[in-house]
Amino acid sequence: MSEAVSALAGARFEGAAVVADTGPRGMITVRGDLSDAKLVKAVTGAAGVAMPGQREARVEGAKGLLWMSPDELMVLLPYEEAPAAAEKIAKALAGSHHLVANVSDARAVFAVTGAAAREVLAKLTPADLHVSAFGPGQVRRSRFAQVAAAFWMTNETDFELFCFRSQAVYMFDLLSAAARKGAGVGYF
Amino acid sequence: MLILHCPYCGVDADETELAAGGEAHLKRFGPGSSDEEFEGYLFGRENPRGVHLERWRHAHGCGKWFHAARCTATLEVFGTYSAQVTEPPAEIREAITAKRPGWSWREFS
Repeated sequence: MSEAVSALAGARFEGAAVVADTGPRGMITVRGDLSDAKLVKAVTGAAGVAMPGQREARVEGAKGLLWMSPDELMVLLPYEEAPAAAEKIAKALAGSHHLVANVSDARAVFAVTGAAAREVLAKLTPADLHVSAFGPGQVRRSRFAQVAAAFWMTNETDFELFCFRSQAVYMFDLLSAAARKGAGVGYF
Repeated sequence: MLILHCPYCGVDADETELAAGGEAHLKRFGPGSSDEEFEGYLFGRENPRGVHLERWRHAHGCGKWFHAARCTATLEVFGTYSAQVTEPPAEIREAITAKRPGWSWREFS
């Protein structure tokens, strides 16, 4: 089997904040009835974290669960574990109305880190990024300039976000431009 | 700038996160209907100056469709509500009445 690479093969930009391609990441989209005990058991078993509520992100290290919509979850895993985990979740949900898709190769994941990270994102998205409105444990799907993306915080200052893989170069250029030294606004 | 509260994910979404879906509560007239009814279903649309009911989709967010009641003249939003209804719920009608007494829109008032 060919070696899996992320869209930008670990590209990195260092400015007021650091923008980095985080490499291949396992991602499984699960759609179905999120209150169904079978579904909850399957996804929490795969990710090893508690079930997230509305707009919550439960991420521990490489694993986690993101609440994407009232009937959609994203399961984050190490890249190699995704195919087997997707199969296992699909098996557990057999018989109920659901969709399980391994979308690892369809997405690009970026980390934006450093004290200026919040401002870098706030320049690009209409989402409210004030400290009182968005913090660790939350996930937000929104728009970055012209493309869709979802982001969450890994600690008090750092963000991770993903977008479609075909838009990875656009997203990287966008984040890099917003993170250039001297481009700070100083709002937060 | 229009900001609508998405009733599905609870986000106050900026207009640029949303996709406009046209007029709300259209009643479909298909096979067996008269030409006038079918034409009205296809082309007959409200174009009010004031209270308007619309469909919106949280396209860059949770992806769900929902309804919004707003004023086309002032952009004031009276409320947003579920897509799974065929008429505005009582609390939305009350919210509109409180701000625009005597309003009417198609068969609703």
